[in-house]
Amino acid sequence: MASGSGPTSSRAESIEGLLASKEIVIACGSGGVGKTTTAAAAATMAAVRHGGKVLVVTVDPARRLANALGLEGFGNVEKRVDPDAFKSAGVRPRGELWAAMLDTKQSWDDLVRRHAPDRETSGRILSNPLYQNISGKFIQSHDYIAMERLYEIHSEGNFDLIVVDTPPTRNAMDFIEAPRRMADFFSSRLLRLLIAPYQSRLVNMASRPFYQVADRVLGSQFLEDIAEFFILFQTMYGGFVERANAVERLLRDRRTTFVVVSTLEAAPVKEAEFFIEVLSSKRFHLGALILNKVLPEYLLDEAAEQRAARFCDDAVELAKLDGLAESLHTDQEQLARVLAEVGANFRNFAVVARREAGLRHDLQVRPEVVATVPEFDEDIHDLPGLLRLGERIWT
Amino acid sequence: MTDLLDRKLIFVTGKGGVGKTTIAASLAWLAADRGKRTLVCEVDAKGNLADFYETAPTRFEEREIAPRLWAMSMDTEASLKQYLSLQLKLPLMLRIGPLAKMFDFVASAAPGVREIVTVGKLCWEVKEKHYDLIVVDASATGHIVGQLTAPQAINQLVQVGLVRQQTGWMLDILDDPSTTGLVVVATPAEMPVSETLDLTARLREETNVDLAAIVVNRVLPELFGRGEEEVFERLDASPGPRDQIDAAVAGPVVSLMRAARLTVTMRRSRTEHLERLRGAIDPNVPLLYMPYLFFRSHGLRATHQLADALSAELGY
Repeated sequence: MASGSGPTSSRAESIEGLLASKEIVIACGSGGVGKTTTAAAAATMAAVRHGGKVLVVTVDPARRLANALGLEGFGNVEKRVDPDAFKSAGVRPRGELWAAMLDTKQSWDDLVRRHAPDRETSGRILSNPLYQNISGKFIQSHDYIAMERLYEIHSEGNFDLIVVDTPPTRNAMDFIEAPRRMADFFSSRLLRLLIAPYQSRLVNMASRPFYQVADRVLGSQFLEDIAEFFILFQTMYGGFVERANAVERLLRDRRTTFVVVSTLEAAPVKEAEFFIEVLSSKRFHLGALILNKVLPEYLLDEAAEQRAARFCDDAVELAKLDGLAESLHTDQEQLARVLAEVGANFRNFAVVARREAGLRHDLQVRPEVVATVPEFDEDIHDLPGLLRLGERIWT
Repeated sequence: MTDLLDRKLIFVTGKGGVGKTTIAASLAWLAADRGKRTLVCEVDAKGNLADFYETAPTRFEEREIAPRLWAMSMDTEASLKQYLSLQLKLPLMLRIGPLAKMFDFVASAAPGVREIVTVGKLCWEVKEKHYDLIVVDASATGHIVGQLTAPQAINQLVQVGLVRQQTGWMLDILDDPSTTGLVVVATPAEMPVSETLDLTARLREETNVDLAAIVVNRVLPELFGRGEEEVFERLDASPGPRDQIDAAVAGPVVSLMRAARLTVTMRRSRTEHLERLRGAIDPNVPLLYMPYLFFRSHGLRATHQLADALSAELGY
């Protein structure tokens, strides 16, 4: 834990403290900022340093975490990361690291089997063409199922810490609101309007302009498929709504925290700010902001910048320094080019680094914990890489 | 292969964070600049296309934001209303109210409905020849196939009715390589390259849409020319010459050397990903390289710079 004392000492002041005090950590942020890798690194560090059983869940259909952990083809089941992988990375973890990939289709099927009143109903739902499309392809269904699965794993009580990598959403808020939307969906008046004629044969569909138009546009077979789907789904109404509410309660529980990941670029920062605002206005716990792929601080050094300018402007003179070119086995012309390129390179990246520093300074919202991860010159795709990243966010 | 800008409909996709919108914005800018009446359409409701032109937020109604360049953002509900009035000639009363609500409801459950309304609107603009070219800032790699195959999905789900009748001409437009093409944006990094390769395979298997080009964004310039890297290595490893230079510029140059080393190693690992991409892609598909922009990473200035770079890569 952080060494701070006094009235704030009970609050998490570092990622380390956060991971020690929470049971669920949800990583979110816009695409391409390194969310998956960061979530995996945090889970890895917690397993190594704190011990216990730590699970990282990824919901990304691109299976990035599988790559990041050097694993392939792990499905909806939690799997332990091979302890030998740690041994060859030169660490002895106190605990166990587990990983799971979210299989959306499988999770939906499980959910239907759990909530349907009987096997016949679940069988009819599972074979409904609309259902098959929704569970397999429907984008937003990832959001709900990710949260649902998290709830499931948490209530089984097999893990001390669960770190969740969130699906890429069109809107950052989608998955937080998914449980509520799902509950609303089943309670909707419109749903009842839509399926009314199919539930009761007494209503003559054809007499109503609404259905006439719907029939003309979509065809009666499709309308019937939709209606059957919703009628069947209604049998699961009670269980589903109750479940969605429980999932939402878990997200708001004090054992759950959100970690926002961003790079210091205009668009991701804008999205991160938006996300942080929504989290706080809806009273979810914001644990930390992780700034990823940040350029090194030495690029901001003004004296170095001046020397870089000298490299560019006076390259020819510098290359003429007594015996310099000879001792580097080159000629003055080539040396001058190298010096000018080294100078120009520094100045180019200094511009980017200053832009990053500006964005960081202007960040409108700041959670208690802000961690910075440097731009690594190589990709992180294995355990040593995750540990290297993890070290940087730890304290 | 049809020249990229001679097509009528270009979908631009890519993994989140690679600069998909930037490339769509500059491609449309270049087309308009070269005399084509161009519509650029943002499909995902992120609403930041306007930022790349530094103009007011775009809406469903197309607006001319520069000579020959119109911009819009997709709104499925507005699009459906337009469709119902133009194609089905439904009375206004039925287009608003319960039907619109029902649509919203069905669309949030039935896959393909939202997508078909989006793709339908774009194809309709092509059919009506309102523009020479339509550039679509489309869904990200994970969802683009769903978007492009929406007409097929609808064909499977909906057996009869007017919606089904509409899918035939859409497929004709989408499947014609001289009309429609997909541009995939990647960066020289592991995941964007992997996703690009996955996508091109799925594109071949599940659609008839032509892969028009792959844009590799944020390519770092080669720092050193021939033989120069060795000189740099020797300088970095030789305390004597380094002291000499430190003295000449009145202070340590260690940060300069570190920055150069960072660039060299970053470029090296990125080159590996580029080579993996190049090796796996059909050699007939053009690979367009966009430079990493040090000075402006977004806004109109960046759009202009990338439009220039695209122009050079396309050989104009």
